[in-house]
Amino acid sequence: MARVRLDLTFPPRQATKPVTYHLVKDFDLTPNILRAQIQPGQQGRMLLEVSGPREAIDEGIAFLEDEGLTVSPAASDIELDEERCVVCGLCTAVCRPGALALDAESAALVFDKDACVYCEACVVACPRRAVTLRF
Amino acid sequence: MAKSFEEINAKIATGEAVVMTAEEFAALAADEGVAHAAKRVDVVTTGTFGPMCSSGAFFNFGHSDPPIKMGEITMNDVPASGGLAAVDTYLGATEPSRTRGIEYGGAHVIEDLIRGRAVRLRASGPGTDCYPRIEIDTHVTLDDLNQAYLFNPRNAYQNYAVAVNSGDRLINTYLGPLLPRLGNATYCSAGALSPLLNDPLYRTIGVGTRCFVAGAPGYVAWQGTQHNPDQARDDNGVPVAPAGTIAVIADLKSASHEFFSAATFTGYGVSAFVGIGIPIPVLDEDLAATLALTDADLTATVFDYGVARRSRPALGRVTYAQLRSGAIEIEGKQVPTGPISSLTTARRIADELKRWVVERRFTLVPPLEPLPQPDTGAPAPKPLEIRTEEAI
Ligand code: SF4
Ligand code: SF4
Repeated sequence: MARVRLDLTFPPRQATKPVTYHLVKDFDLTPNILRAQIQPGQQGRMLLEVSGPREAIDEGIAFLEDEGLTVSPAASDIELDEERCVVCGLCTAVCRPGALALDAESAALVFDKDACVYCEACVVACPRRAVTLRF
Repeated sequence: MAKSFEEINAKIATGEAVVMTAEEFAALAADEGVAHAAKRVDVVTTGTFGPMCSSGAFFNFGHSDPPIKMGEITMNDVPASGGLAAVDTYLGATEPSRTRGIEYGGAHVIEDLIRGRAVRLRASGPGTDCYPRIEIDTHVTLDDLNQAYLFNPRNAYQNYAVAVNSGDRLINTYLGPLLPRLGNATYCSAGALSPLLNDPLYRTIGVGTRCFVAGAPGYVAWQGTQHNPDQARDDNGVPVAPAGTIAVIADLKSASHEFFSAATFTGYGVSAFVGIGIPIPVLDEDLAATLALTDADLTATVFDYGVARRSRPALGRVTYAQLRSGAIEIEGKQVPTGPISSLTTARRIADELKRWVVERRFTLVPPLEPLPQPDTGAPAPKPLEIRTEEAI
């Protein structure tokens, strides 16, 4: 079993095609939409986490590309401005998946991007406005 | 074996003083015993860096030509007090901007000044015989100001609450967003590094104590507002909930943006992270015993902020070691925790202060006047009752 995070760009005409449905039905994959910005008639974006056997994922990606989508590995969407951050730790109190945590020894802030579900709780909580979410 | 302030200062002056941070001292005491540590170490440095709403600065702008008696004053659109002499003002950290609300407030103006940025000063006045100008619109930097000093009426709270929310919706508080149904717990103390937790009975910290304020050398000016020495204490004499506080003063021109950072709490308001550090002389073994306490020895009380009343229900006590572990147990439930007070910066402050004592020969003074002590009949903070003039 593998798990990948993909950044999908939809051409305007494709915006409503149920690609996640096909990933489940035709490729037996488990897709998880982390974030989506799709409006009819406009170019859309979706941050999609997909898990399943490696070959099935590759086939799924090929299918998405055939459908006219641009597929790339998820880029750094959450950004932490270390100049602004004072390492107070408040963001760790609202991050349910534990993507943001303080190191037990050094008390430094550690961000595990793979665990982030892009809920934006930290963006709202940070008193220094040091975390931003692009896309 | 007791040491006096004079003996310790003499050692600081000759460079012989042994200075450690509270964490280093606790480690030494654990290894070699409190008595040995008390003998060997002369000064223990502390530090804390958390949001401290009761902060602000006095400014004197100098006189324009023709001069103005400033009444209504804004700095980068943040209102400052017009209630002092012609060109004096006090800017409170929590004051929100008229144009940007709580995203920019008094604390942000002060941070911008410390960072050397120009701030737009606008003021209007009544126009009098001696102050004929009625309006001014100009820019000032920290260097331009005649005086600029922090005067924070309540800083460095001796212990603080742990906040949880038993309600069924998220609430935004000055302790951050609290998730519903005990979804998280936030806390705000430097624990074992916290200045007033290291000298719980205020034996060495009082009016006139020299300290570190936002990166500048400053002083304890007075007891802080809501100072409450009679708060419940544990067997070590350490308060288990918010107790003592101090008011501090320091030159803003010597402050550093590393130790003064503006903050916005969503749905609550503006505040400022302020760095405070106090050097504590190791006078005797009693004091050494509290200096040696660790996060495992210090406790805080959990309060339910889901109940928006003056007295919030207490849900038990936890140690700072438990809080720092990432989860505590409340009413049988594992609740994830997160701090608001920066431990990394608190450590930097204690280290910096250690350098001041060792390298800059920063000496200590006994309190000119003690803070109100426990069990001496100090008045407890009084509530504000809502009543009519006739009822008085
Ligand atoms: S809440 Fe903001 S300032 Fe505090 S540690 Fe997180 S990112 Fe840094
Ligand atoms: S966006 Fe949500 S999951 Fe990601 S780091 Fe922030 S709080 Fe955690």
